[in-house]
Formats: sequence, structure tokens, C-alpha cells
Amino acid sequence: MIISVASGKGGTGKTTIAVNLALSLKNVQFIDCDVEEPNAHLFLKPRIFERIPAYIPIPEVAEDKCDCCGTCQDVCAFNSIAVLPGGIQKDGTVLIFSHLCHGCGACAYLCPRDAIHEIKKTIGIVEKGFSDGIQFVHGKLNIGEAMSPPLIRQVKQHIDPMKSVIIDAPPGTSCPVIESVKGTDYCILVTEPTPFGLNDLILAVEMLKTVGVPFGIILNRYDIGDDCVDLYARENGIPVLMKIPFDRGIASLYSKGLPIIGYKSEYDSEFKKLPGKINTLIKKAKFDT
Amino acid sequence: MKQIVIISGKGGTGKTVLTASLASLAKEKVMVDCDVDAADLHLLLNPSVKERFEFRSGQTAQLDREKCCECGECIDMCRFDAIGKDFVIDPVSCEGCGLCSRICRYGAVRMEENISGEWFISDTRYGPFVHARLGIAEDNSGKLVSVVRQAAKDIAEKEQKSCILIDGPPGIGCPVIAAITDTDLAVIVTEPTVSGIHDMLRVIDMTGHFQIPARVVINKFDLNLENSEKITEICASRNIEIVGRIPFSAEVSRSLVKAVPFVEYTHDDVTEEIISIWHKMEFIIEEKKSRT
Repeated sequence: MIISVASGKGGTGKTTIAVNLALSLKNVQFIDCDVEEPNAHLFLKPRIFERIPAYIPIPEVAEDKCDCCGTCQDVCAFNSIAVLPGGIQKDGTVLIFSHLCHGCGACAYLCPRDAIHEIKKTIGIVEKGFSDGIQFVHGKLNIGEAMSPPLIRQVKQHIDPMKSVIIDAPPGTSCPVIESVKGTDYCILVTEPTPFGLNDLILAVEMLKTVGVPFGIILNRYDIGDDCVDLYARENGIPVLMKIPFDRGIASLYSKGLPIIGYKSEYDSEFKKLPGKINTLIKKAKFDT
Repeated sequence: MKQIVIISGKGGTGKTVLTASLASLAKEKVMVDCDVDAADLHLLLNPSVKERFEFRSGQTAQLDREKCCECGECIDMCRFDAIGKDFVIDPVSCEGCGLCSRICRYGAVRMEENISGEWFISDTRYGPFVHARLGIAEDNSGKLVSVVRQAAKDIAEKEQKSCILIDGPPGIGCPVIAAITDTDLAVIVTEPTVSGIHDMLRVIDMTGHFQIPARVVINKFDLNLENSEKITEICASRNIEIVGRIPFSAEVSRSLVKAVPFVEYTHDDVTEEIISIWHKMEFIIEEKKSRT
């Protein structure tokens, strides 16, 4: 079972839910896909035993073979290649803007002179570790690097299907989130009962419908706002899996990098019940389709 | 004209709440929401949309099953696993590179332009506001950020506004880079939690990488004084001024429910601190102006 935890709006408690859910499970693997701002390691404190650099392929031009025909520039859909044709006095040249490159390989494959080969560009690192029986994997995007989806794909290659897998997704609803939740069996959407929480929840729900992942809601700090999220969930038939009150104790644990499980036992049983609930909902979703 | 961006690294630290209040305090400005895939600022600024634009960006492959001979070359060549074994193209995985359409010997793949969202120029009682909605499951958020920022800049120049207030997205990736490029000041909103500190450090490194002057605001600073002290030390060692320490207040959530900028909702110590932050920011901008 692969469960992803996402939210739309940031700071609603994704990492808190993901970490405590993992701590309530046996034979579990934790995958932090928020490669721009990974935080789960601050709570699980894994011992890292393997560091794997993450690359994307980018083009390199062999100038002796290149005749500046311009094909690579024409086929690049991402404007990451500019060909400056030569003149009488000077040679032409090819400029590569590697930060725009998606690594599709079109330029190398379609170059009529076979002048382009691909080299590896480091965009970040994948780290694997252990934390109290939890297998841990996360990625860290290099500062200044724009594209996180290729790194997220590389983090997800380490998923162990024999385990219960918890995926912590980044905030938002665009490509990095989609890359994180794609292929998971269920997605928990963590939100809060404010107009911001609701607005971003609706966007996240639309996104999950498009990707085809079944989902439910965890309402965090349910007593700080109004009943807008409850009403929305009821009207749209979305299950509310759990409700957590605003609790200064939880906020204080969070601020220190401590989980709820093991420190506030009144929430233990709620987290323990979650996987069972989700399992039932996954079966129901499969039955419905 | 000066451009100020509010960012945070970590989500949910209070970027939009602060931006809306600054919008209420600042004069002669244009506002932009650059969190295009989870935009919220419009909920506080109550805009009336004046102009609506389609955002076209990128392409998606379309397969013509009648022409397709199922040779499978496109499947082998696609780096994004966007073409399934059943020759169905997954539009979400397709990045629109077009390699499949170029190599298909039967001319069975066509590239179609995406409508990836829309963006708006609106009137608010605080001044012009440019915002956007990225299409569901669309990419190119960075490009959309650049589009709304350019529109805001054009308005600011035409109407001779003195500043642009930019509500930034969380993270440090593509849309954030697009949101901070060529700005005059980045205000980083953090919170006194281990995650807040960790993410602030990465954002400070990012603003440094792109040479954007940065200042820090600690939101809910009294929720963990020890961590707030840590943030103060980190900022001192990196020579980054802390322009505000906002106390925790349950009133903030209530102001969201009422959908008004916090400084207009009530007058308490949070309001005082936000006003003081704006005065410091004004001073920083003025100082930069006189220097250039």
C-alpha cells in the first residue's frame, strides 16, 4: 500500500501526518518527495547510509562535428539551445541553457551530424537511511536548480512495494505534487478550516481526480476557523479521515522536531486506525471503478 | 519603481496574510499573486476582474490510432514514460518535448498547444492586482509567474506606481526562481520551528545565489522563543536584518474567515508589528532609491 500525503496549501500539517502515520505502522518505508524543502528527516532523524547524486542528461556539443545547422535549436521545445551561425570572420557556436533543459534527448537524437552527446548534470542528491525500523528516502534539490520533478522521479525509484509506503508531497497542485502522488494507492489531503485551506483543497481535489488517485481529508486545527471544509466534504462525498484540534502541545512538539506518537498518547489510537480506514476506502474505490 | 517579493521556503508561514496587510498599508503599488498553483491572495483583496487572458504554454502529444502501426519506437524514446504499452498517451506525464512526433515514421503523433491556465488584471480597493489560475494538472508555473509579473510591471510603469508587491510561492524551485528574479527586496517569512529554520536557510541560500537582498520576518515568534533566538543568531551571522517579530494570535485565522487583511480586521500587537515591518521596508526601498 502506497499512501501519499498532500495538501494544496502549505503548512497545514502534511509532514506531521506523514511522520506520525509512519510511526504507527509496521514494515514501513518513508519517502519525502518535497525535494525543495524536505523536512521529514528533522522528525525521523534517520541515520543516512547511502548518498546517490541525482542527474539529468543535458546536451554537449562536439564543435568539430557541428556545422551550426540549427536543427537542435528547432527541435528543442524548451528554448534551451541557441545556435549562433558563423560569419566570414568567426566560427558559429551553440549555447546551451542547461537550467531550461528537460533532458528529453531530442537534440542529441535528431542532430544530423551526430555532434551532440549527453552528459550528466547534477541537480541534487538522493539520501537513504534508517530510523527506528523505518526505511527512509528523501531528495534534496540543489540551490538555484529550477526543476524538481526529475529528482522526485529518482527518489520514487527507491520505493519498496513489499512495504507500507508513506509519501510526503510538496505543497501546491502543480507538477512536483503530481509527480509525487502519481501511482500511489491513496492520497491524504491535509487541510485547515479557513477560506485559504478550502480554496487550495478544492484545487488539490481537482488535481487528484485528473491523476486518478482516490483521496480523503484530514482536517487539522479543526477548531480555528469555520465549518467551510466540513460542508464541502459532505456535499462532495469526500471522507474525512481524522480531525485534529489546535493543540499548543502539538505545535510545541512540532517546533522542536518531535513527533506526536510517543509524546502525546491520546492521539495514538486515531493514527493506528488510519491505515485500516484507508485500506477499506482503497478497496471501495477499486470496486467503484 | 521597486519590486518586493514575499517568500518563505516552507509553506503556511504567513506569506499571504502579511502581503495582504502590506497591500493595505502601502501607497501607489501594484499587487501580484505569484503562487499560481495555490493562489489565495484574491480571497483577501476581493478583486473585481477587469481583463481575462488565456495562458497558452507548451504542447501535448496526441496519437492518431488510425495511422499508428504500434511499432513502439515512441514508447522506447520517451524519457517521461508518457506513452503506455497500450499506446495511450498520458497527458499529465507528457512534457511536450515533441520527440515522439518527430520520430514517428507514420506521422501518427501530433503536438497540440495547451491552454495551461488563465490570468487576470483586476481592480481592488488597494489598487491594481494581477493574479492567475494555473490549469488543473498543468505545468509551466514558472512561465505563468513571469507572465503575471511582466503584466504588473507594465501597469506599474504606465500608472507610475512606486512599488510592486509580490506574493511568492513556497519552495525554492522553478516558480520561486521566476518570482524573485530581478526583485529589489525579498522578505522571507519564517516561523520558530525546526522546519521553519531549515527551510529559511535554503531560501536564504537561494536569494544569495541570485543576489537578491533579503530580510527576515519571524512569524509566531513567541511559540518557541528558543528557536526564535536561533533564527536571530543565524541571521546575525549571515548579516541579514530581521525586520519583524510577529506574535502568535488566534485572531489571524478569524481574520481569514472574515476575508479581510489583518491590519483592517483588528488593532492589536500583531497589527502594530506589521505596521512597523512596513515602515522598515519603506525605509529600505527609499534608501536604495537614493543610492541608485
